[in-house]
Amino acid sequence: MSLSTQESDENAQYVLYARLDNAKTMANILKAVHFKDTAIIFASENGLKVTVEDCKCVQANAFLQSSLFQEFVIKEEQVTFKINLTVLLECLNIFGASSIPGATTALKMCHEGYGTPLTLLLEENGVLTDCSLKTLEPDETLDFNFLSTNVVNKIITKSECLKAAFSELDLSSDILEILMSPDEPYFRLSTFGNAGSIHSEFPKESDLVESFQCNKTQANRYKISLLKPSVKALMQSTRVSVRTDNRGFLSMQYMIKTEDGQVCFVEFFCCPDEELENDEYS
Amino acid sequence: MRFRGKIIDIGCIQHFTRVVTTISKLVKSCTLRITTDTLYFILSERMVTGGTGIWCQVSQNHFFDEFNLDGVSAEANEIYLEVNPDLMVRALRTAQNAKSVKIKLTKKHMPCLTLEVELPTLAAHSRLVTHDVPVNVIPRRLWDEFEEPELPDFDVTLFMPCVKILRNVVDRMKNLSNFLTISANNSGEMNFGVSTDIATIKTHFKDVGHPNWRETSDRDPKEFADARIDIRKLAQFLVGQQLSSVKIICNLVHEHLAHFFIVHDDVSLQYSLPVVNS
Repeated sequence: MSLSTQESDENAQYVLYARLDNAKTMANILKAVHFKDTAIIFASENGLKVTVEDCKCVQANAFLQSSLFQEFVIKEEQVTFKINLTVLLECLNIFGASSIPGATTALKMCHEGYGTPLTLLLEENGVLTDCSLKTLEPDETLDFNFLSTNVVNKIITKSECLKAAFSELDLSSDILEILMSPDEPYFRLSTFGNAGSIHSEFPKESDLVESFQCNKTQANRYKISLLKPSVKALMQSTRVSVRTDNRGFLSMQYMIKTEDGQVCFVEFFCCPDEELENDEYS
Repeated sequence: MRFRGKIIDIGCIQHFTRVVTTISKLVKSCTLRITTDTLYFILSERMVTGGTGIWCQVSQNHFFDEFNLDGVSAEANEIYLEVNPDLMVRALRTAQNAKSVKIKLTKKHMPCLTLEVELPTLAAHSRLVTHDVPVNVIPRRLWDEFEEPELPDFDVTLFMPCVKILRNVVDRMKNLSNFLTISANNSGEMNFGVSTDIATIKTHFKDVGHPNWRETSDRDPKEFADARIDIRKLAQFLVGQQLSSVKIICNLVHEHLAHFFIVHDDVSLQYSLPVVNS
């Protein structure tokens, strides 16, 4: 591959250097968190973490572990910058978003350090594209302080389970209520819209449910507008873990299989809409 | 002033439809000039309205089996009409399996190009579908606005690279910027790039073919000519043109003009986009 010929001395000045044979892998994962124009990228020796936030209430993190890349070199402990995700995705898909069999886009990504642009070099069938994207001062990201020790309820299921439920969400309802309980109805999604309330219940014995660890009945409400972006990730995923902690914060982790069989994770955190005062809906 | 023509061959009907469709994707309204041997679709925008130019030439005898024309006068045996090519396409769309298509200039409530489409049936009688496409007759004193543009001396002449790849690239770039810069040299290097506040993106094509249709100038083959053009107009052309997927010639006049040229035996299309300065 022509991209890999002269890299040895060339990458000397870079703090971050990554090479990927199929740029679509990265594009697909990033697409899952693409609900805002800008993202903050944290690079470390583990790989890239791409964070997108909205309304100070929801945060999405996409993890591109270093093993996903054919080559991943980082010379500082951590490199952080903000970038326009929309433009980055357009660049990654410059040769077309649909995959033509036999044609893959190879990617080389470099960054020279604070204040310098992120450069991408893409190649497909001998045609080269180079992109230079301005990096911006990173914003402070939210810390949801979501500790696994505080997790009250946790369910891991195959994604089919939730895909149907989420794709048919009643959007006239502002909120989605997630109920998790050690007793019936175990796991229930509810919306309260103009045309009435809809409850989708999932039995815990279902083949699709892989792990069910609920300790306490908990019903939390979340703004649908905040959860809606996670549907992109859900649709690509094969497995999903839904967790809530003692404050009602929601964590959803999606497992996404890439085209070449690797596994990536995308997680969403969302804060609850408000405290449920009484049991009027349960 | 009279015009009537008849196309019988289904291949010709479809090819003619492709020509008109291509024009309709580029422009809402254009001039149709009819002479005894050629049909021309012409657009010559003034610089203040964008400066786009289209010159499409269709040899009449490759398409029409009957062709009768009585022009404005004996010494000016031509007709100039203002037409909406999209309306013509809609009329021609019903003709994709027709036995024949007749095109004639008629006077109903207003001047019209009437397309009579004869469709096959199982019975002995055939069905006739008639479309009237309203047109404006352009008076003779305005004709000299539609003269064939003179080709300038081009700095660089190359074939366009693979349209399929280029179409994707231009489509992506279209989302990022309104203007695209083509830069190319006579040794087969061709770059397409956009540049905005947040990103600079450039796609490089190497070893792009070279038509031998004109003497190469004494210009340094390594020297690039640049043309910054309206990206939407380029995208329209790449997506909308149905005449050729391989041999599109791209001519550049440095910081002045990008000119695209498709040549077939019976049809030729020139599309020129002026450079937009930043």
